[in-house]
Amino acid sequence: MEALFSLVVGVLTASGIYLLLRGRTFPVIVGLALLGYAVNLFLFSTGGLNTHAAAVVGESLTPTDPLPQALVLTAIVIGFAMTAFVVILAIRARGDLGSDHVDGQQGEEGDAPR
Amino acid sequence: MSQHLLTLPILLPMLGALVLLLSSRASDQTHRRMSLIFTALLVLASLLLLRQAAGGELVFYALGNWQAPFGIVLMLDRLSAMMVALTAVLAMGCVIFACAGDDVQGSNFHGIFQLQLMGLNGAFLTGDIFNLFVFFEITLLASYALLMHGGGKERVGAGLHYVILNLAGSALFLIALGVLYGATGTLNMADMGRRVASMSGDQAALVTAGALLLIVVFSLKAALLPLYFWLPRTYASAPAPVAALFAIMTKLGLYAILRVHSLIFVDSAAEPAILGWLWWSGLATILLAAIGVLAARDLRPLVAYLVLISIGTLLAATALGTTDATTALLYYLPHTTLICGALFLIAELIGQQRGKAGTRLVRARRLHQRYLLGGLFLTAAVGVVGLPPMAGSLAKLLLMQATEGGARVWLWPLLLLAGLCTLIAMSRAGSVFFWASYKGEVTAGKVSRLQLTGVAWLLASAPVLVVFAGPISQYTHAAAEQLAQPQTVIQQLLGEAGPNDLVQSAPILHDEAQGGTL
Repeated sequence: MEALFSLVVGVLTASGIYLLLRGRTFPVIVGLALLGYAVNLFLFSTGGLNTHAAAVVGESLTPTDPLPQALVLTAIVIGFAMTAFVVILAIRARGDLGSDHVDGQQGEEGDAPR
Repeated sequence: MSQHLLTLPILLPMLGALVLLLSSRASDQTHRRMSLIFTALLVLASLLLLRQAAGGELVFYALGNWQAPFGIVLMLDRLSAMMVALTAVLAMGCVIFACAGDDVQGSNFHGIFQLQLMGLNGAFLTGDIFNLFVFFEITLLASYALLMHGGGKERVGAGLHYVILNLAGSALFLIALGVLYGATGTLNMADMGRRVASMSGDQAALVTAGALLLIVVFSLKAALLPLYFWLPRTYASAPAPVAALFAIMTKLGLYAILRVHSLIFVDSAAEPAILGWLWWSGLATILLAAIGVLAARDLRPLVAYLVLISIGTLLAATALGTTDATTALLYYLPHTTLICGALFLIAELIGQQRGKAGTRLVRARRLHQRYLLGGLFLTAAVGVVGLPPMAGSLAKLLLMQATEGGARVWLWPLLLLAGLCTLIAMSRAGSVFFWASYKGEVTAGKVSRLQLTGVAWLLASAPVLVVFAGPISQYTHAAAEQLAQPQTVIQQLLGEAGPNDLVQSAPILHDEAQGGTL
């Protein structure tokens, strides 16, 4: 399970970073979202991976660590709000700068006419 | 009451933000008055805390009375009290300045400003590393909104870069926290420090990886060399009072580095790598920022590069790691923050009276109030260059004195060279603004009284820091000594329990027998 889990987190992170380095805002935002998923999964695993371990004390002899779940919840909320914000910002930037490029370059396919 | 005083720097701005955001229908005057009152109360509370911390007492506040290391604790020592007071003083100047009209260019300026103060103060006061992340996020969220206050092409473009970079930084922050939590099983900084100290083998390697990731994140916020390219454009395009407040945002990164280094990673396997990285990047930041100061063709990016010089200096001093160096850097920190903040405000005043030329370094029409503005600019320039009799010169002397042996060969020339570059750039900017002007009509309006008060409030810090140099440097020396003794914090917060019993009770549940059955 550990190998599969780390592979998933690794692939998600790698895809996220690749997309983050693209030149247009849409892939960058998708990259940020993927990176966010990877981080959430990673945080979730920091208490150790367990099967059949309840999060509630007394329900199981080997309870799982409840703290990472609280951390993930916080991270998900912040990540969700930030993704929404950056989407709106990117739309605004496209309107104001007339381009979807992160450097505001113009003259490529799909850009707004000057 | 007095034991709850510690929560005031977080609760006051939060209350202020709520009241201001909920009363968005009230008139601008009401908003301004409320914002001024809340910020003034914050200054008062932070001064009370400063007095409390000056005695050398460590104050802890367990939120919800959940005892450490399980709950979140707030922690007040000399360093955090100083940072909170500095934030409040800087914010007061910015709010006064903004009341002159910058606040009505967009909506909800004052409410978001208070939110940003809440995030900053929380980050300075917290003793829990995940809570530090949360307060970092609050600060950043508010700063995104403040940066784009008033809108405009330039701001939206710079804002997009700033937001995306910081989101990537937050992801790294969480990864670092995950690694550290996985290795140590705690999030309380004092507890983490105690466990890291008694660690070896694989776990120590994990902690080193986590520590370095954390330093990368804080370097991004502090704007250290390979990670500073976002700063000049962002700070140059922000509205003046916001840019002035942002002068403390980079110091937040510096504070976080100081805190985690002194409390968690001191004497750990990660320490040599951290200090080496900070030292060389700090020096390179000073050098490149000095070139940037000379190359800037506009006063705003010029001031942004000055912020970078101060950050490079502060971080190089952090890397020296001695008590004397920390004393010097803590004395330099309030001076450079307030002066850079004042310079952003002065740049705005100059830009207002130069019509289309704005703050660009070109010949333009004559300034309406050139003696007043020239005087302000001269005072701030002397302060930022570090000429006597300003506090900058004392701070640099202290820092150079604290440098020992081989480090002198690197730090002395760079520090002096950066001073020279700043001197040249500021004299050139001053001569262009105040002497190289067209003769003829001046049309632009006068500096309002509020704007002048805001600038004067920040500039007044320079003489205060010089006149009270003795007590203040004693305070920073005591703060540096307190930082050098993390054992005291650990003992006072967590009692006398030995480190070994705690490592065993770490909630890391690697159950090999059950693993592998997905």
